[in-house]
Order: sequence, then C-alpha cells, then structure tokens
Amino acid sequence: MSNKLIDIVDITKSFDETVVLDKLNLYIRENEFLTLLGPSGCGKTTLLRILGGFEAPDSGDIIFDRKSINHLPPNQRQLNTVFQKYALFSHMSIAENIAFGLKIKGKSKSYIRDKIRYALKLVNLEGYGDRTPDSLSGGQQQRIAIARAIVNEPKVLLLDEPLGALDLKLRQDMQYELIRLKNELGITFVYVTHDQEEALTMSDTIVVMNQGYIQQIGTPEDIYNEPQNAFVADFIGDSNILPATMVEDKVVKMLGSIWQCVDTGFGRNTPVDAVIRPEDIDLVKPGEGTIDGVVTNLIFKGVHYEMDVLANNYELLVHSTDMFPVGTEVGVRVDPFDIQIMRKPESEDAEAAAIEE
Amino acid sequence: MKSRKLLTDPYLFWAVSFIIIPLLMIVYYGLTTTGGTFTLDNLAMMAQPENLKALGLALFLSLVSTVICLVLAYPLAMILSEKQVNQTSFIVLIFILPMWMNFLLRTLAWQTLLEKNGVINSVLSFFHLPEQSLINTPAAIVLGMVYNFLPFMVLPIYNVLSKIDQDVICAARDLGANGLQTFTQIILPLSIPGIISGITMVFVPALTTFVISDLLGGSKILLIGNVIEQEFKQGSNWHTGSGLSLVLMIFIIASMALIAKYDKDGEGTAF
Repeated sequence: MSNKLIDIVDITKSFDETVVLDKLNLYIRENEFLTLLGPSGCGKTTLLRILGGFEAPDSGDIIFDRKSINHLPPNQRQLNTVFQKYALFSHMSIAENIAFGLKIKGKSKSYIRDKIRYALKLVNLEGYGDRTPDSLSGGQQQRIAIARAIVNEPKVLLLDEPLGALDLKLRQDMQYELIRLKNELGITFVYVTHDQEEALTMSDTIVVMNQGYIQQIGTPEDIYNEPQNAFVADFIGDSNILPATMVEDKVVKMLGSIWQCVDTGFGRNTPVDAVIRPEDIDLVKPGEGTIDGVVTNLIFKGVHYEMDVLANNYELLVHSTDMFPVGTEVGVRVDPFDIQIMRKPESEDAEAAAIEE
Repeated sequence: MKSRKLLTDPYLFWAVSFIIIPLLMIVYYGLTTTGGTFTLDNLAMMAQPENLKALGLALFLSLVSTVICLVLAYPLAMILSEKQVNQTSFIVLIFILPMWMNFLLRTLAWQTLLEKNGVINSVLSFFHLPEQSLINTPAAIVLGMVYNFLPFMVLPIYNVLSKIDQDVICAARDLGANGLQTFTQIILPLSIPGIISGITMVFVPALTTFVISDLLGGSKILLIGNVIEQEFKQGSNWHTGSGLSLVLMIFIIASMALIAKYDKDGEGTAF
C-alpha cells in the first residue's frame, strides 16, 4: 500500500501508577483499514484517544502527514471519531447532528444540505433527517454517528468499538457496511475492537495488543495462520498450543512423536511452542496418522463438530465436519504447513503475554 | 395488593386534612363575603394600586434574585460536575451546611450584619469609612433571597450537568467545536431542564416570601407576601387575604405552565 500517514513514536501513557502504553511504536498507512485488537485494558482505546486528542501522552510523538500533532486540540486535527455509545446530540435532529461539524466550519447552507443528503444516502438512512436520535435503533444511531463524522471529510476515521452495543446479526451486517464505506470513501480507518472475528473480517492490517505492548502486526491471514507467540495464537480463534522441541529444520518433536513441519531457523534441539488450529487436525483410522488417540468429548456446533481427542496424555481440540462418537479410537494427522512453530517467551513483549495466561 | 394499598392511607389522610381541605377553605373564603354570599370583590382587591405595587415589586425582586442565582450557580455547578466525586462531596457539603440551620436564623443573622449599628457598619467606621444604609432596602431583600435560595439553583443544574456523557462533549470537540462553541451549542442546551428546574425552585418561593422582606426590608417595603400576611394577621380579613392568595396562585400556575411548555422532559416540574 501507499505512504505512511500517521507515525506513532515511542508513545508512553500511564494513569496514576499503571502504565497503559509503554514506548509504543506503530505507523498507519494511507487508505488502510487498521484494527487495534486486544482484550479490555490492553491500551487500545487509550491509543485511539491519544490519536483523537482526548488524552495527552506522557511522552512520545504523534506524527500526522510529517507534522507533530501532539499539541493540537481535537478540533484542529484532521481526523474524526465514532464513539462506542454513538454520542449523538440528543437535543438536535439527525440532520442537525450531521450538519454540526460543517456549520462550525462555516460552510454554506446549500453545501450543508447536499452533504446531509449524501451522508444519509451513504449510510442507507435517506429520509431520516428530521427525526430525533432517540427515535432510532442502536444500529441506526451508530450509522448516523458515522455519517456525522465522514461529512467533515477527515483523512482518518477513528472508530472505538462502534459495533460493541449491537446484537450479533446487526453487527455482521454493519461489518460489511463498514467495509463498503471504507472502499467508497477511500480514507484510512483506525478501528478498535476486542472481537477477533470483526478484526479478521474487516481489516487490512491487524495490530494485536496486550498490556500496553504490541504483540503482532500483520494481515488477518498472517495473524491467524502464523501467530508469533502464544498470546496471539490463543486470542485469535481456538488453537492447540503444545510444548515441543525443534529437532532440526522442518522436524519437530511433540506429543512424543516426530512431525514434519515447514519452519526453519530455530536451531537444533530448541524448546519451542507449536500451534495447531483445531480445523487443521485430520482424524483418520487408527494407525494411519502420526499418533493415535481417543475421542473424549463431542459437541455439535452447527457448521462443524467440536471434539476433544486425548493423545499421549494431551487433550487436543479438533473441529471437523465428520463425526466421531465419544470413545472412538482415531489416528491424528496434521499437514506440515499447518504446524506453526513459535519461540518460547523471552522478550519483554512476550512476557507480558505470558502473565496474562 | 390490598394490604399494600393500606400503607398509603396515612398519606391520604395527611393530604386531605392538611392540603385539600385548607385549599378548599381558601377558595371558599376568597370567593365569599363576610356574610357568606358569592363575590369576586376579593380577587379584584389585587387591582388596588398599593397591592399592584406590592405584586410588581415582588415580581421584580424575585426575578432579579433568580437571575443572580443563575449567574452564580451555573459556573459553580460546572466546576462541581467536572470534579472527582470525593472532592465534590466536600464542596457540596459547604453549600448545604447553611441549609441545615433554620431559615429564620439565617435571615436574622443577615439582619444583624446589615443593621445601622450592625457588624458591617462597625467595621466600616473602624476604618473611618462612611456608614452605609444597608438594611431596609430592596437590595437587602435581594441579598436575603439569593443567600437562602442559591442551593436550590445549584443542585438541579449540577444534577443535569453531571449526567451529560463525556463522549458527547468529546464528539463536539472532535467535530471542530472549540471550548466556547461546545459550551453554547452542546452543554448549555443539554442543561436547560436543570436551569428551568432551578428557576422554578428559586422564583416561586422568592415571589411569595414575606419573612425575608419583613426582616431585611422593614415595614416600608411591602411585597405581595407581606400584604397577604397583614390581611390575615393584622386586618383579620381572611376573605381579602384568601382572594389575593388565589390571584397569586394563578400567577404561579401560569408560570409553571409556561415552564412546562419549554421543558419537555418534565424535569423542571419535579418541584
């Protein structure tokens, strides 16, 4: 993608004694849909509020378009925010809400009228201009909040868990809506969420955070298929994280057996963690897999069955469309490229992840 | 359910004997002569020049007091609403503390301060400054009203302001409004229910007071409350007193109706 738009340099922020962000570095490119993903208290909302200008960092710099914007109040920044609880102005109509920013900037009446019509059309709420915020549903209010932000033509839209208060079906619809909006507007979205599915669906880039540290930055595919540490593997989707030893390049020993994998560069006989996604485990006839096990639990989940397989005293989580009743003896097979090898925690960042476990 | 309803009986008894019956008696006295025949003369007494003057003065002074209370209370309520809770309770305590003392006692204390030979003039003469005639002026009455009724303005405004979502204020800033624009276009309109509630709670008692004007205004300045009091006590003319009370009540109900029209959420009518 294109140039750096925002550069976050060594941002540190603490509230009272608690360090929320510790020397955080990150850059955001133009036209990117970047998601800050992490559990509550990981510092993602604080980082967004620092970008918006609602919190001042203790140290560090926010560079926007090659200029530091640390000292600028929120009203002088070229970005707009969509708040979690909509934060619409209840004493104004929908049209007045959308017009608020434009009126402040002294735009002409006809310009404002066109913009309101354009924005309402963009969020599929044409004809709602004269209604009050209270008369709208949660999803509609959130779309108005988005409309109110984008009419100001910001270079960056900051979204703070905007779908958090909506129910599942509406949340999924809004995810597609947001992707469509992002593509139509061609601006940068910085999105905060604790919902990994939301992050995987919408993002170009995901930044996984925990306890004020960035755990991994990557595309949704990278984050899901090649988690760099146990925290990321555990936080994104279900996973089996197994203690293992890297015997040599492309050979790993785990669950008492030797497995083929595709990872290299870990050295000889190095202790590592191996991640296997539950849907990447194939259950076959006993003896046909790398090791054998017994099905100990079976749950129907709709799209697939979820099974626990006890193999070599380790319980593996397996997702499969084939059903194996409890007590069935099975063989366990995993394709080499489905085994992801990670270093054991040693860095500060990875340690933060380990504490959370 | 039936036994629960029984619990309301004491209040029902209270309301009937001390609110509804006295009110009906006022209406009866106000609309009859000493002989007991129906008349509107008692109501028309309000049109007499000295009574009109007293009503006008009462309206004027209570309006001035209400405006002063609003100007003093709003910034205070804003500061309070921005503070942490534990700090707020201390400041609120300071404001509530005088209210724990008797209303008459507070007003009498002002009388002692403002008297011709009172505390303020003693201090002034100590520094060889000219004595001021402070007591028995309309200004003294306004001072007494503001002092006594200010907390009733602060609390409802504080209540409304502290309920405004901080994200709404952030959103206004985010959309380009500076501090002043955020205040005039967001905070002030959102706090109108509190302002209206405060105005009601200051204006109505100030309009009908006679104790403050008695103690700080002397016998020369008569407000409508004093006139009614005199009719009942000195003149022993319950009919005229009741008639004037009815007219005043109409004034108050009319102003409440006006307020209700501007206060859609009904918070101001909590009074």
